[in-house]
Amino acid sequence: MSNTSLIELNNAGVFEGGHWRVRGVNLTVERGEIVTLIGPNGSGKSTTAKLALGVLKPTEGSATQAKSLRIAYVPQKLYIDWSLPLDVQHFMHLTGSIPAQDVALALEAAGVKHLNQSQLSSLSGGEFQRVLIARAMARKPDFLVLDEPVQGVDYNGEIALYELISVIRDKLQCGILMISHDLHVVMAATDRVLCLNGHVCCSGSPTAVAESPEFKSLFGLRGESNLALYTHDHDHKHMPDGQIEHIHPTKKESGHVR
Amino acid sequence: MFDDFFVRALLAGIGVALVAGPLGCFVVWRRLAYFGDTLSHGALLGVAVGLLLQIHLPTAVFIVCTFIALALFTIRRRSMISSDALLGLLSHSALAIGLVVLGFLTWVRVDLMGLLFGDILAVSENDLLLIWIGALCTLSILTWIWKPLFAATVSQELAEAEGLEPRRTELIFMILMAAVIAISMKIVGVLLITSLLIIPAAASRRFATSPAQMLIVASVIGVLSVIAGLLSSLTWDTPSGPSIVVAALICFLVSLTPFVNLFSSNLGASRNIGHE
Repeated sequence: MSNTSLIELNNAGVFEGGHWRVRGVNLTVERGEIVTLIGPNGSGKSTTAKLALGVLKPTEGSATQAKSLRIAYVPQKLYIDWSLPLDVQHFMHLTGSIPAQDVALALEAAGVKHLNQSQLSSLSGGEFQRVLIARAMARKPDFLVLDEPVQGVDYNGEIALYELISVIRDKLQCGILMISHDLHVVMAATDRVLCLNGHVCCSGSPTAVAESPEFKSLFGLRGESNLALYTHDHDHKHMPDGQIEHIHPTKKESGHVR
Repeated sequence: MFDDFFVRALLAGIGVALVAGPLGCFVVWRRLAYFGDTLSHGALLGVAVGLLLQIHLPTAVFIVCTFIALALFTIRRRSMISSDALLGLLSHSALAIGLVVLGFLTWVRVDLMGLLFGDILAVSENDLLLIWIGALCTLSILTWIWKPLFAATVSQELAEAEGLEPRRTELIFMILMAAVIAISMKIVGVLLITSLLIIPAAASRRFATSPAQMLIVASVIGVLSVIAGLLSSLTWDTPSGPSIVVAALICFLVSLTPFVNLFSSNLGASRNIGHE
């Protein structure tokens, strides 16, 4: 394991329920880097994320985390029963106490400061996702994992959330592993894409992946159209080292794209 | 003053209610009501085993319940049967086996009504000591595991990913359940133990806006139910265990009335003004 890597999966695979959920995954996440996992349903995205989190142990290969790694996790779904009286303020301290100032800053950055005292069960889908991300941010993690963070959020909200995620990366200089069902919006912020389909199907910079034949055959026409949408989206440019520079980091004129 | 059977009953009931409330909140949040039923029915099996081996009854109940809890804990991870069906199967099997074994013990005279519905008025000074030590131990352990247990209640995955150990915590929680069942069996009996866990917790929901608040309110409602139940039992000569449960049910029904609604919407209104 190299010195800078936060996590490293080495030829990792998970055998569960009579078949391989995922196999032969090589993945590292460095500080300040956003890595996105894409792939169809059942392709092993969540399993790979759980390997990186250390929740699942690999059946073969290895999964290593840097020593005393501070992790924050935004799960795919979280169901809060009515019987559980839990407001946003208390939820922020769920897995460990956090200084009040960090809580306030994170809620403000996620645009949900006004919901401070609201019950979780009363939030809308989009508000709930923002609160989940704010909680993860307030932990000041070294390594942040987001499982479909924009689920149930409308298109504009989606873009705002991805903006927020790259702001978190810039502010905290943490490594981010993100699962997404949808490549073209992700691209603006992500450094590296790993396309899974039971194994690593292709990986590299977002443009390289979008143009690779494996990706096209996996996503078919939809992949092509994603690519087309992407080339019309002139709000950022790719630097030679794979970094992405935003031209209008706060607002995207994406209405005409759709 | 412990000479008076009524004072002893009151103190025993209060001791059990104090710990049953908070533990019951977790039972409600984690949807373990049926699981609690299974454990408490297993308590009868514990009594049978205790009588057969001639060991201290609450200890026998505690050991048997812990064993059942651990078995369920492992089976639930592997089994193909839905946990609902599994619990139903085990719950009534444990009750039936307990009754059958008791039937074989022809040389002991068992007060079956007392076992099934509780015999709080027969609480001895030793029972009282056991209940309070058990209750205080359980409460302090619950305080100790509160953070990881609550996090795992909200999301097991999240707690595990962020470095808490939800499995170990869950295991400790199961053992606490077994302990509370062992000490409360004498108060309300095996058939009504779950109600002491669930009804005060459910009744406290509408009064609480935070999890910690709900635990405290559940304790208070439990204590009030014990006092009201025992007083009415004394006044109208009704069976004491069921009277306590009925009193708790009345608390729950009161919590559903519009009066409480007013109370919580007032809270909500003042909150909104607070951050405008």
